[in-house]
Amino acid sequence: MDTFVQQLINGLNVGAIYALIALGYTMVYGILRLINFAHGDVYMVGAFAGFYIALYVGFAAGPSWMALAVVLVGAMIIAALVGMVIERFAYRPVRKYSRMTTLIMAIGVSLLIENLFVAQIGATPRAFPDFLGSQSQAPYRLFGNAAISKAQIVIFLVSIALMLLLQWVVFKTKVGTAMRAVSFNLNSAKLMGINTDAIISLTFAIGSALAAAGGVLTAQYNPNIDPLMGILTGLKAFVAAVLGGIGNIPGAVLGGLLIGAAETFVVGYGQHIGIASTYRDAVAFAILILVLLLRPSGLLGSTVQEKV
Amino acid sequence: MPTFVKRILGLVIVVGVLVAVNGWASRDGLFGFGLPYYYAELLSLTGISIILAVSLNLITGFTGQFSIGHAGFMAVGAYSSVFLTVYFSQPVEVWLTGLVGATVAQALVFLGIILFGALIAALAGLVVGIPSLRLRGDYLAIVTLGFAEIIRIIILNIDRVGGATGFRGAVSPWEGRAIIPQYANFLWIGGFAVITIVVVYNIVRSDVGRALISIREDELAAEAMGINTTRYKVLAFVISSAFAGIAGSLFGHYRQFLHTNDFQFIRSIEIIIMIVLGGMGSITGAVLGAIVITILPELLRQLPGNLIHYRLVIYSALLIVIMLTRPQGVMGAREFGIPWLKRSQKQPEGDKPAGEKGVPIAQSQEVRK
Repeated sequence: MDTFVQQLINGLNVGAIYALIALGYTMVYGILRLINFAHGDVYMVGAFAGFYIALYVGFAAGPSWMALAVVLVGAMIIAALVGMVIERFAYRPVRKYSRMTTLIMAIGVSLLIENLFVAQIGATPRAFPDFLGSQSQAPYRLFGNAAISKAQIVIFLVSIALMLLLQWVVFKTKVGTAMRAVSFNLNSAKLMGINTDAIISLTFAIGSALAAAGGVLTAQYNPNIDPLMGILTGLKAFVAAVLGGIGNIPGAVLGGLLIGAAETFVVGYGQHIGIASTYRDAVAFAILILVLLLRPSGLLGSTVQEKV
Repeated sequence: MPTFVKRILGLVIVVGVLVAVNGWASRDGLFGFGLPYYYAELLSLTGISIILAVSLNLITGFTGQFSIGHAGFMAVGAYSSVFLTVYFSQPVEVWLTGLVGATVAQALVFLGIILFGALIAALAGLVVGIPSLRLRGDYLAIVTLGFAEIIRIIILNIDRVGGATGFRGAVSPWEGRAIIPQYANFLWIGGFAVITIVVVYNIVRSDVGRALISIREDELAAEAMGINTTRYKVLAFVISSAFAGIAGSLFGHYRQFLHTNDFQFIRSIEIIIMIVLGGMGSITGAVLGAIVITILPELLRQLPGNLIHYRLVIYSALLIVIMLTRPQGVMGAREFGIPWLKRSQKQPEGDKPAGEKGVPIAQSQEVRK
């Protein structure tokens, strides 16, 4: 039982990060029907933005809550700008073309960001500063032998806060109403006087900021950051978005948590039923295939009938 | 000239060129002029890229089904064929050598191995294709990507093919060849590249090809016209996978070393870039794209000073620029070749089929009257 609770905590923790990234995928897909392949790389850019802010502002010296807050917000702002630039200069010009063109464009942007980072700073991992002090990995006993670390608590609290904030923005503000209108029908929204370009830009900004928060938070748990860290995490987060029902915000969170938990359980219990822990990275894809075959609209998504 | 004479002449020329280039690229060289090994290897890798690009073009360019898992089928072909070579081919080769001599025996064994690799890859294509081809567009793309990753991770966990250390030859508790023999040379690779081009060209121009293109243009309309879209999509996918398997087994028997890192997500992307660059739905475009994308990174190695680190940046920026300026690819759906060169001579108006560029349908119908 202790092991089970422990695995669950670890799994949900990884899942919370996937959920933050999945929100960006799901929001962009909801509006543009585009798989933003570069989103995983924006998560990486966010982690590095945090790294360099800490380096230049001088917070790397000692741990403090203040430093974590500044780095988190700074990284989110930078990533939001990066997301907006990508949308403006790469996706907007090809929006009128076929979906295959936009998908290839997304892959191109993703490759460009990765290779630019590898060329500029090299592929060797950097150590992200530890803002939570030497105690960050020291566990708090919950009950029995199950424990939760300070870093894990921070990840849970910050991600829950951000998700609630997003929920508020999308459902309670005027901008959120506009976002939902654009995702419902872009052309009708335009006819209603909504500045759709601005709303799409804003969607990218919000999604990218959430991904950057995911990047900084992951780095508190696992301090090795490198330019290619976004590829696999990004793909898994995308799977999370599909699992929850792409375009559906609570679905992305649910999908992220489920994927994280499933992955951790395969590592923890897989060997008892003959699945090596090296299959960890295959879990998300296996889930993806099952979901698409059994329920393509995802757990919380609604089926859309194709019109002729 | 009668058609069959033309065909035989073409075959003789192609075989002649392949044999000559193969001699030139071999270690001994041709008439004392050898190609340095680096260039010979590049030439062979280009041939493998051509097989991959042209075969992917069948499913992505002509049928319009976006697959990002081609490297997965290449991996299946590579590993299954090399597995057969390492663990089971030796006794057969020895037995055949007694019957027909070493050279022919080796060729026969390798041909069998390549066909085995193609068959296994085709089976994998069938298993992946039947469920996934029910999906469309982005979903299909992401499922093929998922299958390719799963294939890679499964191979990574099979100890008998070396797992994470790579596959060079028989792995210790099992007995077999200690190293993978280098069966493949430019003659094999170039030969199969030509076969791939001819097969895909003929498929595209047949009734099957018309069905595939109609699926690309409008799947619902194609279905309404009585085309069994699922059957044709799976068929295209299986053929495409089989050729990817052939490319994989040639790759394995040329490199003599296999590692799952060679078959990652990025490899599939590379093949897509080839057909995007050349133009989706153009065979000559795919060939052109395969040549450029295989050779370009090597050319960029010669960039001066610091720029060398930006090799891959230039490569990905190129992809973005193409998408921004010419999203249909350099060639679009056009082919080039001898007729293309001849086109500068003015055609009589009435010869153009109805609806072709430049002749309004109404007008051409009047001409026909």
